[in-house]
Amino acid sequence: MTEQMVPLIEVRDLVKRFGSVIALNGVSMTVHAGEVLCLLGDNGAGKSTLIKTLSGVHPHTAGAFLVNGESRHFSGPRDAMAAGIATVYQDLAMIPLLSITRNFFMGREPLKGRGPFRQLDLAQADAVTRREMQRIGIDVRDPQQAVGTLSGGERQCVAIARAVYFGAKVLILDEPTSALGVTQTAMVLTYIDRVRREGIGVIFITHNVRHAYAVGDRFTILNRGQTLGTFAKDAIAMDALYDLMAGGKPLQRFNEGPDDGTAAVSETGLPRARTAPTALAHV
Amino acid sequence: MMSASQPQTPGCVDERIERASPLTALMRRPELGAVAGLILVTAFFLVFANASMFTLAGVMNFLVPAAQLGILAIGAALLMIGGEFDLSLGSMVAFAGFVFAAALVVWNLPVPLAILAAFAVALAVGFTNAQIVLRTGLPSFIVTLAFLFILRGLTLVGLKWASGGATQLRGVKDVVADSIVARLFSGSLGEAPFRWLAARGLIDSFPNGLPKVEGIPVVIVWFSALALLATWLLVRTRFGNWIYAVGGDAGAARNSGVPVERVKTILFIGTACCATLVAILTVLDAGSTDARRGFQKEFEAIIAAVIGGCLLTGGYGSAIGAFFGSIIFGLVLIGLTYTSIDQDWYLVFLGGMLLVAVIFNNVIRKRATGERS
Repeated sequence: MTEQMVPLIEVRDLVKRFGSVIALNGVSMTVHAGEVLCLLGDNGAGKSTLIKTLSGVHPHTAGAFLVNGESRHFSGPRDAMAAGIATVYQDLAMIPLLSITRNFFMGREPLKGRGPFRQLDLAQADAVTRREMQRIGIDVRDPQQAVGTLSGGERQCVAIARAVYFGAKVLILDEPTSALGVTQTAMVLTYIDRVRREGIGVIFITHNVRHAYAVGDRFTILNRGQTLGTFAKDAIAMDALYDLMAGGKPLQRFNEGPDDGTAAVSETGLPRARTAPTALAHV
Repeated sequence: MMSASQPQTPGCVDERIERASPLTALMRRPELGAVAGLILVTAFFLVFANASMFTLAGVMNFLVPAAQLGILAIGAALLMIGGEFDLSLGSMVAFAGFVFAAALVVWNLPVPLAILAAFAVALAVGFTNAQIVLRTGLPSFIVTLAFLFILRGLTLVGLKWASGGATQLRGVKDVVADSIVARLFSGSLGEAPFRWLAARGLIDSFPNGLPKVEGIPVVIVWFSALALLATWLLVRTRFGNWIYAVGGDAGAARNSGVPVERVKTILFIGTACCATLVAILTVLDAGSTDARRGFQKEFEAIIAAVIGGCLLTGGYGSAIGAFFGSIIFGLVLIGLTYTSIDQDWYLVFLGGMLLVAVIFNNVIRKRATGERS
């Protein structure tokens, strides 16, 4: 469907070095309008570096980085934002003690008046905030209430709504569901789905395959700074995604019994279970 | 009124969350504690102090020290909301006083130039403080503590050099006697209306018909104007939003496109300028400057800001709170002399008030934000 269209973002063999450390060593991925691309990877796979490169925080060392088919070199986050790439970081760039309205417009406050008397248009800001919140189904009792009073899922949705309101064409979501409960996760995933239907390209970074599988159209797997490949949803099963994330090795399952068949208590008297986390750590 | 006109989607109302009552909205105001404290302290002195304390002359009497502290406290409050401290504030008063007096007496500069020189030094000191804090990432507490000593020392050295060995520099009154600009920073305002009121017996007057209070001391006018300006800045302008943002979470603010370094630098320069304003006002008032000027004012200013609702961690507070906090200080400092209570209880009060305010602020903040600990 979208293959004929120019992708919103395309990177090919992207390399990022920090001195002698190679953080990204050949990453390729594309994201189109109206799709959710899930970027899957375990800790240390290079997800954070990739996000920061896409959002203009770090310039890339080598490789191609195209936005709307044009090669770009961002000199800072503002550049990326101007190009329509909005990033919602894990900390959400929200200040708990400030009101929803003030957070919503932080850094992009609407002004009225002129010269030295220029001031915030608070009425307009409140109205916009209330309207945008209602659109995503969050009833803001009072846009002046502190963001700290919102639940984690609501905060995530406010952060996404803010990015969308300010004209994001590509939305990069950094682990948006990592600290959320079941209901809250559902709320965020539902909203991601809505954003996609509005024609925005979403890059959904996570290490939770279940969450990714729930909304993703395509999955790009990142391992040790490289992409292992991109798969459409109908071409890969959830289990296969798990295995790929672990670097191609099949994951040891928790429910499998000890394969060596030794006693449940080792010779030192410690329960056998003590060794299990070590075994998993090598996976 | 706004929510009434908006269509409500009933499905999304969370029945577990109560709507904010007007009382909660009031509790959310950071300056609530300071207003409550002011009412309490005023009530105390209305009962226990000599009635002359609340005559016009008595009120001016406690508002002048309140205003001198308050100008510093407003600067300190903005900086604290922005997430930083300035412990060099008191020493800056002394240093700016020295620069101002030396410019007048030693270099014989005209008053406007001397004022400009003092503010130029403030700009340099504030900028230096800010750059060291921002570039090293050290806590501003430590960096400005260093400048507390550096500036106090420089003032002593400078005064000895300028006066030939003394720690005082006199003769300012004679030099500024016929300056119009100096009138902006000394004396009183509204003398004609006060004479008019006295002539009609509406305010206390001397037997010769002149009012006992000549007018509103100019320092009070500066204090009030600054409080209004700072409040407008905080609540109604983009820069104000940025102050709250950088103090609340500098990283989040930066990611949202707020120029964190610029905001903090301006705030540091702002506190140094507040200190300089106090220096000019008090030096012109006294006609001289000395090395102990502004001694320990940094602490009193921070306490007034905290009483006014500022959190030590930044991101929360108000300028009008610092305004009321400073008036509480003036009330107690001067008010005790109208009672039979030993004046040294002032220090005990100071510490006690700080503790109560900090504890109170913490509780209020948790209630306001619904934070669960």
